[in-house]
Amino acid sequence: MSLMKVEERDLVIIGGGPAGLAAAVSAWEAGCRDILLVERDRILGGILNQCIHDGFGLHTFNEALSGPEYAARYIEKLGQTGVEVREQTMVLRLGEDRVLQLASRGSYSAVRARAVILAMGCRERPRGAISIPGTRPSGVFTAGAAQHLMNLENIMVGNRVCILGSGDIGLIMARRMTLEGASVAGVFEILPYSSGLPRNIQQCLNDYDIPLHLSTTVQKIHGSRRLEGVTVAQVGPDRSPLEGTERYIPCDTLLLSVGLIPENELSRDASIPLDARTNGPQVDSRFMTRVPGIFACGNVLHVHDLVDYVSQEAEEAGRHAAAWAGASESSCEGTLPVLPGEGVRYTLPQKIAPSRSTVLSLRVTAPCRNRSVVVRGEGRVIARKSLVRLHPAEMIRIPLEAKSLSGVSQLEVALG
Amino acid sequence: MSFSYSLRLFFLSENGTIVLSKLVDLGQPKVGEYRVNTTKRYDVLIVGAGVVGCAIARELSRYSLSVGVVEKEKDVSFGTSSRNSGVVHAGFNYAPGSLRAKLDVEGNRLMEPLCRKLKVKMSRIGKLTVALHSQEMPGLEALKEQGEANGVPGLEILDSFAMQKIQPGVEGVGALWSPSSGIVCPYGLTIALARSARQNGVDFYLSWEVAHIFREESGFILENSLGEELKASVVINAAGLFADRMARMVGIDDYTLYPCRGEYYVLDKRLEGTLKTLLYPAPRKNDPGLGIHLTPTVDGNILIGPSAEYTELPEDWACSASVMENLRKKGKELFPDLSASDFIRNFAGLRPKLSPPEEGGNRDFVVEDRQDVPGFINLMGVESPGLTSAPALALMVRDMVGNHLELQEKANFLEELPGREKSFAESSPEERAALVAEDPNYGEMVCRCEQVTKREILDALSDPLGARTLMSIKYRTRATMGRCQGGFCFPKIVNIMTRELGYDPEEISLRDEKSFFFPGRVRKEEVAL
Repeated sequence: MSLMKVEERDLVIIGGGPAGLAAAVSAWEAGCRDILLVERDRILGGILNQCIHDGFGLHTFNEALSGPEYAARYIEKLGQTGVEVREQTMVLRLGEDRVLQLASRGSYSAVRARAVILAMGCRERPRGAISIPGTRPSGVFTAGAAQHLMNLENIMVGNRVCILGSGDIGLIMARRMTLEGASVAGVFEILPYSSGLPRNIQQCLNDYDIPLHLSTTVQKIHGSRRLEGVTVAQVGPDRSPLEGTERYIPCDTLLLSVGLIPENELSRDASIPLDARTNGPQVDSRFMTRVPGIFACGNVLHVHDLVDYVSQEAEEAGRHAAAWAGASESSCEGTLPVLPGEGVRYTLPQKIAPSRSTVLSLRVTAPCRNRSVVVRGEGRVIARKSLVRLHPAEMIRIPLEAKSLSGVSQLEVALG
Repeated sequence: MSFSYSLRLFFLSENGTIVLSKLVDLGQPKVGEYRVNTTKRYDVLIVGAGVVGCAIARELSRYSLSVGVVEKEKDVSFGTSSRNSGVVHAGFNYAPGSLRAKLDVEGNRLMEPLCRKLKVKMSRIGKLTVALHSQEMPGLEALKEQGEANGVPGLEILDSFAMQKIQPGVEGVGALWSPSSGIVCPYGLTIALARSARQNGVDFYLSWEVAHIFREESGFILENSLGEELKASVVINAAGLFADRMARMVGIDDYTLYPCRGEYYVLDKRLEGTLKTLLYPAPRKNDPGLGIHLTPTVDGNILIGPSAEYTELPEDWACSASVMENLRKKGKELFPDLSASDFIRNFAGLRPKLSPPEEGGNRDFVVEDRQDVPGFINLMGVESPGLTSAPALALMVRDMVGNHLELQEKANFLEELPGREKSFAESSPEERAALVAEDPNYGEMVCRCEQVTKREILDALSDPLGARTLMSIKYRTRATMGRCQGGFCFPKIVNIMTRELGYDPEEISLRDEKSFFFPGRVRKEEVAL
């Protein structure tokens, strides 16, 4: 990089989706006046642009907006700030020293930032990662890629459809393809419960008589050129197929909705420690990663189910990043580890500052009813949230008051 | 659907004949073209555009001969040549005096300068053939002796300490170290050989499936499945898995090929650098392959495989649950911290074996200038080490062609291929900045995982050899080969093809018309964005 000129900025935000947009607006409002927002697509909005269904913003705006409408609210706010936006620009390298390499049609350049916010979002788990035996014909798409092609490119991906995995995008696409005249034979989920939101099961499957087959998986893919069919089979408790339950379903399209993975290539590049449970960076109450000055929010941190929570989290991260960039702090302040206990898949942040009020985000490991999530420290209950329905697909948030944390050295979050 | 876009895009060639098949470059000579009602005559026609066919084509293009290559697929390197370990073998696995041994050792020597000229990635990383138990050590000694008899340089028996110094963490009591073994990009080599042949005047007829071969007094007439014909004085059968069928078309019934499948897993680049060398198990008797081994690729992935399963069909590339499970298990044994997402893809290739399942093991390659069918040069059972052998096979076949035709070297033969040596992803920041300044399309990322730029996609799409299918783009650029497996770049490539290059969605396919991706538009009326 020696020959390249290095541009200096206070704050660089990587990604102009819901997380990056909200973080940029809040960092500006917090007083940071030198912000660069980098977006690789032609327009801001991220994945929201292909989400033409409604249901976004129920918490934030008390309205059921479409994805582009939700993004537009933040893009409008951003337009009233002095944040510099570079579209069609992709960050290809990020160092621990917060030097970024940016590629765009205009230039390949370097930027050094006092603070960086990671807001790259997540990506879909591909077929390879779930190892489905059989052939590799055309007609197998991840649900999000199919959604992109249909909603942004006006291209139909198939006519007779099976969907593997009951993630939200798969459910949304089951309805979308049905509305466009395709026949959806069913959604097949290897787990004994759906991994999508209950409202999507109702509105996308039940309302269209699309069957959801739980504890069932695609065992084999058929077709040497275009997909011709799939063999599905029920699975036992160990998730391996049960003999005698196989059946062949002719179809020309298989959509995969088998999980989302936070996109942390740049985080790894910058040697940021990740959490094996969330697949995202470990952060403190300020959403700062273990590398000073680099913050993370949204789906790159942990996969969310509601965009409203992405925005809230990003606003927090933006505020703290602005403070960091302005104050040239250099300490990591998260000292209090928060550990997931029985029945809890993960909690976030992984470490918090006892001096700050913090909202814990968490997910349970399996669906259950009428249970409480209990936060304990030094043997006493710090916070408790009782819920009628608990489901891994629905993120749970618990606010912790700073004053309740005094004298506590470690927190455990478990089902009570 | 099949011909619509070629007719639209490439309606007339410069001499006014209608071009029916896929063709981009209108300069002479043609690729994938044939004319109505005229039967073109060649000195030599090669059947099959795999690595062997393309290596022969390039070698023959040094001489004043008219040469054509016919290929049933829409692109070169769509068969076994793309579906293998990409290993440059040293030549110790085969009996002294066999064609395999001779061609392998010679091919290994020729490979490095060839790859340099053609700008193909190759690396001599060496190979450890590992004995897990002391009973296997005599087998390694025997391999070493065999290799030395074959002329393989530098073979050494190592104890476990010396072995660990080369590959930390590898278990076993000892190993045979072969420093001349290496790796090459197999499809990169095949495509580069074809481009070089093309640059030197060889015509390529893609999507041209030979249906009949008729013998004439002075040669052969090849007829394809659409009834079109090409003539040649000499025909070279380099049809790989289909070579026995080709031979039967001229009355040679001596051979039957038995497809033997090898399944692989591709591991994430996260593990790049952990595997320093090729790791093979000590050979087992009658194994139709060389055992499941670990291969670093020139692009930084690791391959686990291949299995060896005889199949009925020559294109049965399906992967099976039990083999996949076994490969995953082996992978986890070797790299304990592997997670499910590190297995980014599985694939399979097929060996054209001369030895039937009940026999197993390996028979020698057949390379013959048939006396009973004069002018028919017959290659049969060219499986592993066919990739390594290809440059040597090409010389051997050239000499056979010399029995029939005069080989007069051309003054204007071009040894080297033009173009950049490194991809954008492999370039330094300064080089990247210069590239973007030269063409803004270098600044637009299409494939995020492999950092493939739009310029590289456009270059692939304008390659005169094929490259209108997703597989063609993939083999030329690495787009879709990263850990997200096309989730990000596939819609982007579709966007470029439809919105900028004018393809209809129906024309975009994986490898041919039958593997189309899209039945059409969602809405007939396009809304401008």
